[in-house]
Amino acid sequence: MSTAFKSLAVAMLKGFFRDKMAVFFAVIFPLMFLALFGGLLGGSGGSKIEVEQVGKVSVLDDAPKEVRAYLKESLDIHRTSDEKAAIRKVRKGDADAMITQRGDTLVVRFSQADQVKAATVQGTFQGIVQSANIAVTGQQPKYVLHADQVEDDSLSTIQFFTPGLMGWAIASGATFGAATNLVVWRKNGLLRRLRLAPVPTWAVVLARIAVSVAIAAVQAAIFIGVGVALFGLQLTGSWPMIVPLLTAGTLSFMAIGLLAGAVAKSEEAAVGIANFVVLPMAFLSGSFFPLDGAPGWVTAVSEVLPLKHLNEGMLDTMVRGEGPGAALMPIVILLGFAVVVSAVASRVFRWDD
Amino acid sequence: MGAEITAEGLVMTYGDVRAVDGVSFTVASGEFFGLLGPNGAGKTTTLEMVEGLRKPQSGSVRIDDFVPSRREPELQRRMGVQLQASSFFERLTAREQLDTFGALYGVAAGRTDEMLEQVGLVDKADDRTEDLSGGQKQRLSIACALIHDPDVVFLDEPTAALDPQARRNLWDVLRSINDSGRTVILTTHYMDEAEALCDRVAIMDAGKILELDTPAALVRGLDAPVRISVAPGTLDAEAARTMAGTDDVADEESGLTITTRDPARILTELAHRDALDGLSVKGASLEDVFLDLTGREYRA
Ligand SMILES: Nc1ncnc2c1ncn2[C@@H]1O[C@H](COP(=O)(O)OP(=O)(O)OP(=O)(O)O)[C@@H](O)[C@H]1O
Ligand SMILES: [Mg+2]
Repeated sequence: MSTAFKSLAVAMLKGFFRDKMAVFFAVIFPLMFLALFGGLLGGSGGSKIEVEQVGKVSVLDDAPKEVRAYLKESLDIHRTSDEKAAIRKVRKGDADAMITQRGDTLVVRFSQADQVKAATVQGTFQGIVQSANIAVTGQQPKYVLHADQVEDDSLSTIQFFTPGLMGWAIASGATFGAATNLVVWRKNGLLRRLRLAPVPTWAVVLARIAVSVAIAAVQAAIFIGVGVALFGLQLTGSWPMIVPLLTAGTLSFMAIGLLAGAVAKSEEAAVGIANFVVLPMAFLSGSFFPLDGAPGWVTAVSEVLPLKHLNEGMLDTMVRGEGPGAALMPIVILLGFAVVVSAVASRVFRWDD
Repeated sequence: MGAEITAEGLVMTYGDVRAVDGVSFTVASGEFFGLLGPNGAGKTTTLEMVEGLRKPQSGSVRIDDFVPSRREPELQRRMGVQLQASSFFERLTAREQLDTFGALYGVAAGRTDEMLEQVGLVDKADDRTEDLSGGQKQRLSIACALIHDPDVVFLDEPTAALDPQARRNLWDVLRSINDSGRTVILTTHYMDEAEALCDRVAIMDAGKILELDTPAALVRGLDAPVRISVAPGTLDAEAARTMAGTDDVADEESGLTITTRDPARILTELAHRDALDGLSVKGASLEDVFLDLTGREYRA
């Protein structure tokens, strides 16, 4: 029995990984989007201010270690001794500001060409000078500022897109895999052949589930690996919760795929139906852009889409820093969806044409 | 080895079509049994009921003491099936297909090499199934049906779409299956195939068995005339027609053909007239029986 399950699973896995098109669309294609989004949009999120520092500047150089660490996050300081050259650089836009110290005066030169940058430069150094002044008096500052954004935009681009694109990749992998597998096996008679082998039907179904989950795991590992290694993705505490989330999600998408495969008369039709479902679902589930500004009906429709719940669960646990509990509701919804759609699929299912 | 099969009063209808309409037969243990008939005769449907893929709407099937439609693993382990289509796992090599099917039946991996050897696919063991020729696919699919050394083997048109050479080649494989004492049921359109392989054949049309006997007995029963041909210009058609014993004469570009039930007399007469150029004598074959029973008009 277990050898039957194992050999079926191995046969399916080999069938998938030897299908170059399937691998491309399940892994490479979504990764291209990640690179595109991470590369193109990544810059606008948290780019540093590039500063040319001429000579010694005590407010920077003598600042306490914590302050220097903090400044390092927002400033990219490049030391030079040539003030004229530094100013030229700022003028040309190769640097955002030039600073130098004349006595107790901190001189900041910046270009008004980029007004946002100009304001940031002024604000930043204003702050630095003021806190240095307070520090000189030896007083503890009375007021402190705690700045924290609330919108999804607070997640840098890559933090937002990795879970979404990963969800899309897994949704298409599981849906297409199950749909084409079912149609091909029905058309070439393998389903009937298996029916005449001493193998219970559930072993075949279980093998397909195991293979789909394994493929999803590979997709997730590649996505997270690439995100962390190349695009500075940072995972928050309860990210391991994506394991049950992905498993439940894969079951939902498999159910969609089985329904498509049961309805479709040919492999092409199955792929068409799967496409027709997966792509709009990805858009409406916020895989490609946040749904914050979307009209109410879009949000309403998205509630019945499994990918939306998978994406939400993964965002919460992977990058928003919520506890493991945040994955619970999405998992329940995904499993419920899988059960309902599988039941429908099994009613439409045929062993042969 | 072997298993006994009893089919009684099998009926299967699809809407208005009586695909199988009261089919009964028995197959003895170790027998090679053929189901012969034109397209749509109901061969596949009959076979599927016997295999247990379809439950007969009425009638019953027994393989030894099993009812196949119950799909008991115990019986299925004794059954080898080759379906009409070549049913393979996508993108696996010949060896991997055999290993996979073997694992489904709990067979040790060593059987794969043995089977590759038996069907002559050792050279192709590491080729993907998609890259095999039609004949190689058929042989592999038969190997997959035999991987677990079954007692009874079902083959649905195993030689369909093969060239004559590949067909003969496969016949040897099929004979060897039966030689080891297995019961074999095969469907085919080819009369020569049934004649060459089967101990007994059932000729089916429109869901019914028209005749069931050994190929030799069927031909004998036909009492068909013999066709004697000579090269063109050897004999005048008019002269042939007036010869005693001639039933019919066909004068064609390829030669003159005399149909007769008294070949000895005609041959003597031809020898007497020194008109034996390009002589050929053809007796009735299963094909004649088949055409006689199912009619000569073309049916899709
Ligand atoms: N699933 C089905 N639904 C409806 N009609 C069917 C079905 N399967 C077979 N038939 C019909 O039943 C009849 C017998 O079909 P069957 O496939 O048994 O014939 P066959 O002798 O195997 O033909 P062939 O030599 O072409 O394989 C045909 O008229 C066919 O159209
Ligand atoms: Mg058939």
